[in-house]
Amino acid sequence: MGLALLAVIWLITFVSTYFFIWHPWWLPAGASAAAAGIDHQFTFTYIVMGIVFVLAQCSLGLFVWMYRERKSSPPADYSHGNTTMEVVWTILTAVLFVGMNLMGSKIWAAERFEPASASALPVEVTGMQFAWYFRYAGADGKFGLTSPKLMDPSSGSEAAIGLDTNDPAAKDDVVTGTMMLPVNRQVDLTLRAVDVIHSFFVPNMRFKQDAVPGLAIHMHFTPTQVGDYEIACAELCGLGHYKMHGILKVVNQEDFDKWLAAREAEKQ
Amino acid sequence: MSTLAPNLAIKDPRSRDAGGGSPPSYGGGGDGNEGGASNGAFNYGERLRRARLGLVLGLTAVLMLFVGFTSALLVRKGLPSFDQQTNTYSRDWTTIRLPYELLLVNTFILLLSSATMEMARRAITRRAALAPVESIPGVSLGDERGFPWLGSTVVLGLGFLAGQLLLWETLRAHNFFVYTSPSSSFTYLLFATHAIHLAGGVIALMYAAISSWLMHKPVEAQRIVVDVTAWYWHFMALLWVYIVVLLMLVR
Amino acid sequence: MATSEVVHAHAAPQGFIRKYIFSLDHKIIGIQYFFLALTAVWVGMILSLFMRIHLIWPDANLPLVGHIQPEAYLSLLTMHGTIMVFFVLTTAPQGGFGNYFLPIQIGAPDMAFPVLNMLSFWTTFVAFVVMLASFFVAGGAPLHGWTGYPPLSAVQSTGPGEGLGADLWITSIAIFCAASLMGALNFITTTLDLRAKGMTLMRMPLTVWSWFITAILGLLAFGVLLSAGILLLMDRNLGTSFFLPTIVVNGQLLGHKGGSPLLWQHLFWFFGHPEVYIAILPGMGVASQVLSTFARKPIFGYRAMVYAMLAIGFLGFMVWGHHMFMSGMSPYSAFAFSLLTMAIGVPSAIKTFNWLGTIYKSRVRFFTPMLFAIGFVSLFVSGGLSGPFLAQPTLDIPLHDTYFVVGHFHLIMGVAAIFGIFAATYYWFPKMFGRMMSEPMGKLHFWITFIGTYAIFMPMHYLGMAGHPRRYSQLTEVAYLHPLIPVQRFMTYAAFITIGAQLIFVFNLFWSMYKGAKASDNPWDATTLEWSTATPPPHDNFGGHTPVVHNGPYEYGVPAAARDFVMQTDPAIGASH
Repeated sequence: MGLALLAVIWLITFVSTYFFIWHPWWLPAGASAAAAGIDHQFTFTYIVMGIVFVLAQCSLGLFVWMYRERKSSPPADYSHGNTTMEVVWTILTAVLFVGMNLMGSKIWAAERFEPASASALPVEVTGMQFAWYFRYAGADGKFGLTSPKLMDPSSGSEAAIGLDTNDPAAKDDVVTGTMMLPVNRQVDLTLRAVDVIHSFFVPNMRFKQDAVPGLAIHMHFTPTQVGDYEIACAELCGLGHYKMHGILKVVNQEDFDKWLAAREAEKQ
Repeated sequence: MSTLAPNLAIKDPRSRDAGGGSPPSYGGGGDGNEGGASNGAFNYGERLRRARLGLVLGLTAVLMLFVGFTSALLVRKGLPSFDQQTNTYSRDWTTIRLPYELLLVNTFILLLSSATMEMARRAITRRAALAPVESIPGVSLGDERGFPWLGSTVVLGLGFLAGQLLLWETLRAHNFFVYTSPSSSFTYLLFATHAIHLAGGVIALMYAAISSWLMHKPVEAQRIVVDVTAWYWHFMALLWVYIVVLLMLVR
Repeated sequence: MATSEVVHAHAAPQGFIRKYIFSLDHKIIGIQYFFLALTAVWVGMILSLFMRIHLIWPDANLPLVGHIQPEAYLSLLTMHGTIMVFFVLTTAPQGGFGNYFLPIQIGAPDMAFPVLNMLSFWTTFVAFVVMLASFFVAGGAPLHGWTGYPPLSAVQSTGPGEGLGADLWITSIAIFCAASLMGALNFITTTLDLRAKGMTLMRMPLTVWSWFITAILGLLAFGVLLSAGILLLMDRNLGTSFFLPTIVVNGQLLGHKGGSPLLWQHLFWFFGHPEVYIAILPGMGVASQVLSTFARKPIFGYRAMVYAMLAIGFLGFMVWGHHMFMSGMSPYSAFAFSLLTMAIGVPSAIKTFNWLGTIYKSRVRFFTPMLFAIGFVSLFVSGGLSGPFLAQPTLDIPLHDTYFVVGHFHLIMGVAAIFGIFAATYYWFPKMFGRMMSEPMGKLHFWITFIGTYAIFMPMHYLGMAGHPRRYSQLTEVAYLHPLIPVQRFMTYAAFITIGAQLIFVFNLFWSMYKGAKASDNPWDATTLEWSTATPPPHDNFGGHTPVVHNGPYEYGVPAAARDFVMQTDPAIGASH
């Protein structure tokens, strides 16, 4: 029985570790400026925790086999513990855990403590049951007013977010269902939600932030690679939560300008 | 310990070690049901202590309920909300205007009821202490039907609850409904939750009164019920004062 | 040993109703809680089976439920989580085994307040009935997840099931809060006030410590959950705006304004985090108890184990924000919560080292309870080590609300804590029912469950890293999930086998009650007080006398002792510790 436990525990450990190392399923390719730092911290945590995992599980398996009771076993060691060891491994664990945390805190600070730079592109993201809408400020650089009274999700993008077309600042706002961003330029997102809590999650950008009704949350990231990226909703929002997805298209600045100009022309 | 009733130990700290000669035990060793002697009767001192401990724990739970409400109140009052129409943050806390005279009268009734409750508690403590004396045939202490402190507390308690209903009626008459503003929601919430708990206390008092008249429980057992209810009652009075002060401060 | 007469608080009851229905005997009440949890876990498992089937066969037509709609999936998910967390993990370890064995292990004849104990069980029962009732009302059970975030949970029109079903759900939880508070009060008073002579705090078995600390957590946490539930009910039914800002649902502008959805999250998680420690601490206590018994060796570092549990309990109240890193909460407070969360990993690690230290240089006997205790340690390590990922807000960005989290809490709560319950059942069954459970069936149950649960929940970490969000009813819409469907399929097959294997346990349980080999008073040669009394224990637990304790709880392998163990009630041994 001891041998069986050893074998099974070790087998589970090695199979899991194999998949963790080979990782056929892994973090999707990072395409934002923050991705490298986050991935580095992730990998570091991964390796350290992986080592602890293997050591702990293998010791467990080994001990239950080594110390199985047999006629020839020595008497159990009548020990109530070892205070020195307790102190040592407490300190080591504390240093390890707190150290890991402090290591990652710089990235968190960079992502979240500092506001967007002045040259960032402002985009407003609005989540509602069950779609994402994106608003660009247009030539005046200002977002026009919206009003909950004007919201009508069934009539398309501008009405869905309740754009007040009487407001002069709103006249040049472009509202789309697909998110376009120019590469290598920071985007200053304003996240809003119309009805319940949603969460704007772009795995490739290593970006996630809840969109909360009653709040307008500012957050920024910088896409660094051209391509199409899927957006998923990451906070349970009702029966359509699983299909509340969108597409982020990162293009070069030229193409982005052309696209935006075309959208604005449509509005005239 | 009294030799007349070896099973009774009200304030005797040595009743813990009644078994005699035990090695110093750390904390434990509550020989709750031994009573210090071998006749196996109830040790009311132990049971009172235990009931009081249970009450303190129960009141901790009630306290946490109001801690939850208080923190919600402070957060809700302080949080601005994003108004999409003006693209700005604003606050929506309507000033709380309470009918002060009614509030003062109500508070006075409750504090008075706390005083009568305390008198009731002390009266029954005395009676329980003297119970062994009274069991001697022919001994009478007189004054067996003292002032109905317990009954007065029940009446005052009911009066307070009636006052609450009047208070809420007055608030409604001034268009201060539960949904009017977060300030009104919290006002009603705090008042109502307190009133429900107080009503529980009134029911406990009625049980104490009935059990003494109808069920003829020993006075020491009645004393435990009254004692625990009394401390509960005092807590409710303190809680009321806290609620009033809180609402005044965040007004 | 003192043999003075003890008058039990109430005489042994007569009549079926007094003896088995409204019993005041903590042993009967413990068994009632146990069977309530057993019923609840089967309901919860069937719900999860339906969920797993729907994920990989979304168009399947199932017996009884027919075709599962996406919103129905969310109701299954909500009720699965709620029933498992409340009616299994907060009920069986504490209400079941705690109730049965706390008084006996400290040498008391019953709980401090037997009537309150009876009331707390029946209140829990009522809460369970109300919870199940939500399935049968118009709209069905709620779909807002066990976490119930408003506005989704606060407005009737956000989805089917958010009508009366959601009100019943909240009401059930509120009733459960009251029941738990009553129970917590009883446990704490009993532990502080009813210990037998010689049973000092530092001689209490670790199971008693775990029930005691769990009760303190419950006492402080459930009141806050109740406050949140009341506020939510008011928002839903009285037009208040605690949690509801201005919102437009289904094209309708609602009359609420100014409320904060984050306020709910703070209140809920202030309860919710201690709740998960309530779920795991008794399992840790049982693991320590069983490991020591079957390793024939004292628990390594008893004092450290006690301090670690106290630290976990205390710190558990300061880390709730780690559920809210992505919520819009201040990033500065996220940093503070993160540090405290890493700190709470330290006492958990200490306990794991000590369990390994207990097995080191021991003599392991592989009875079924021991297998589950060893399994507990393995699963606790696996589930615990994904914690430091989630505790770092930087890493929480890609991992929050993905299957990584689902894998983490299932390994810890859904498996390790359950293994704690299994270990307790196999360990204490002889004492409770006077018969031994079948070892072959127990071992078979262990192996399939141990391997099966790893097969179900380990792959979830891979899914999470790939960005698979949680609570998705179907995997057909988001394109990057398609390559992950084979993993989901594997997990579903593993779930079928593992859930099927639980039938072995149920069969073993009931069969052994009638046909198991008769058990002696101390079949495991264990040291704690329950093994010093008759099997099953008499009504007042010790047959008319109070035990006197002279030794610590885990005196195994004592050199120069006649047997390889010294019971707590045996004469004091010379060794000091």
